[in-house]
Amino acid sequence: MPSDLRDGRIVIVGASLAGLRAAETLREEGFAGSLTVVGDEPRPPYDRPPLSKQVLIGDVPAEATALPMRRDPDAEWRLGVAATGLDLLEKRVMLADGESLSYDRLLIATGTRARPWPNPEEGALQGVFTLRTIDDATGLAEALAAGPRRVLVIGAGFTGSEIASACRERGLDVTVAERGPAPLVGALGGTLSRLATLMHRGHGVDLRCGVTVTALHGDGNGRFTGADLSDGTRVEADVCVVALGAVRNVEWLAESGLAAGRRGVACDAGCQAFNMYGIVINDVFVAGDVSRFPHPLFGYQMLSLEHWGNAVAQAEVAAHNMLNPGPLQRPHLTIPTFWSTQFGLNIKSVGVPTYSDHVVIAQGSLEARRLAMVYGYRGRVTAAVTVDMGKVLDYYRHLIETAAEFPPPPGAADRAIAADIPIPSDVPDPKGLSHEPVVALTGYLPDRRLMVVQPVG
Amino acid sequence: MQIVVDLTRCQGYAQCVFLAPDVFQLHGEEGLLYLPAVPDDQLERVRQAVAACPVQAILMGKGVSAGAE
Ligand SMILES: Cc1cc2nc3c(=O)[nH]c(=O)nc-3n(C[C@H](O)[C@H](O)[C@H](O)COP(=O)(O)OP(=O)(O)OC[C@H]3O[C@@H](n4cnc5c(N)ncnc54)[C@H](O)[C@@H]3O)c2cc1C
Ligand code: SF4
Repeated sequence: MPSDLRDGRIVIVGASLAGLRAAETLREEGFAGSLTVVGDEPRPPYDRPPLSKQVLIGDVPAEATALPMRRDPDAEWRLGVAATGLDLLEKRVMLADGESLSYDRLLIATGTRARPWPNPEEGALQGVFTLRTIDDATGLAEALAAGPRRVLVIGAGFTGSEIASACRERGLDVTVAERGPAPLVGALGGTLSRLATLMHRGHGVDLRCGVTVTALHGDGNGRFTGADLSDGTRVEADVCVVALGAVRNVEWLAESGLAAGRRGVACDAGCQAFNMYGIVINDVFVAGDVSRFPHPLFGYQMLSLEHWGNAVAQAEVAAHNMLNPGPLQRPHLTIPTFWSTQFGLNIKSVGVPTYSDHVVIAQGSLEARRLAMVYGYRGRVTAAVTVDMGKVLDYYRHLIETAAEFPPPPGAADRAIAADIPIPSDVPDPKGLSHEPVVALTGYLPDRRLMVVQPVG
Repeated sequence: MQIVVDLTRCQGYAQCVFLAPDVFQLHGEEGLLYLPAVPDDQLERVRQAVAACPVQAILMGKGVSAGAE
């Protein structure tokens, strides 16, 4: 590594999973210069997935979720202060406290925030929550512990479903309202969404699909009391959780000239940011939930992922590339991988299930609630989802990596009969869902409408 | 000490659950839930779990200290 890349000044904006793992990797790979990590949250990096699982069940206090360091990255932590602007020419990051930081190389890792309820007055009612931060989770866990009459969850994506599952585990009555035809349909397609419907109902969730919530109501003291649904019914509840998906934290880059928009900050496969003309900016890198990047296995379309594993993998590649000249840089080609624990089931996904036209159940069965479903697009394996069968996921990852033929050839000993019966994958247009999918292809395929990801609410 | 389990890598082998049942628990067949903040009296057991995990999915370490600014 040339010594000038090992020295100098690196600034990371975003002090969460991607920011921390990048900082550690920089030191691991020999960076000896000055390192500053800026984060608008007052807390050191913590782990978000437990917030909708262990924390809501009541096993773990939200503040106990600090992320362990792999090594001390010897960084200056500027916590509780937001970056407000970026000057690419002067190579400076402006901060909310009026200061600015100059950098030689910059990593953007500002992630996402919860999409708020579209009516701010209704959203501010006491008892209405979103879930993204420790403070959100602390407030919601307290509200659940207080024993509300009923909880209303708006949106049946992964987060909404996990919240509903935690409520049922606590013995609370819960209503889930989803605009689409079934839970998880935007991420997993038709067949598995029908299993998700059974899981919700089987665990006593009052699941209402094909409806939107039209208004939230409060009493005279600003306390949430219930909501109106588009089918004319009313749900009386003490707690409401708005789980409508995520918004990318890109506002601070609005004037920067970077290709930063609703779907994230665009970068190349080496994590280097594009400016608005699609020209790579050498010293600016992007990683984690805020990024969108091209992936050769999925037609070079731009992927936006909200996946823990992607934040880690991309941060490592970005850090490596910040310290290495072009020919020694690495591409971020990790196959997207995701997990969710809900209603006692462990759902894992590899690849991009929405990039599909057909599926087969390759192992197990819906009846057994234990299966491996394989997704194909134009005769090629593009994704797999397992329910309580995580151990076989690596096998299907390999099929995706090698662009194996779909339906997949016999390989597993317990191959299901259904493995030879492809059925349409039935991935709906995200416009018709309450939540946004956690994997979005943000590129363009002329024959498919599902690529158009619009804000909803 | 804090832990985080890389659940994209974890295959539900449950070695950690046997070694430190007060920290790691299976929820259903293979959904792993755990205490991110390791109680002091569990440190040794968790160390064994870290070493025993067949896919090296458990990371234990200190959190970034709050006064680091
Ligand atoms: C409740 C919940 C459950 C989840 N469960 C799962 C799961 O089961 N499986 C899975 O794979 N993934 C899950 N995820 C997703 C996972 O947590 C994210 O993919 C991961 O946190 C992304 O890390 P990141 O560092 O890219 O972004 P983030 O964690 O969003 O961090 C970005 C940080 O930057 C800060 N920031 C934003 N703007 C600025 C600014 N202008 N200046 C300074 N700082 C700024 C933010 O406040 C934040 O601290 C879950 C997320 C949530 C919220
Ligand atoms: S031992 Fe490792 S693979 Fe097994 S359940 Fe624990 S973390 Fe997962």
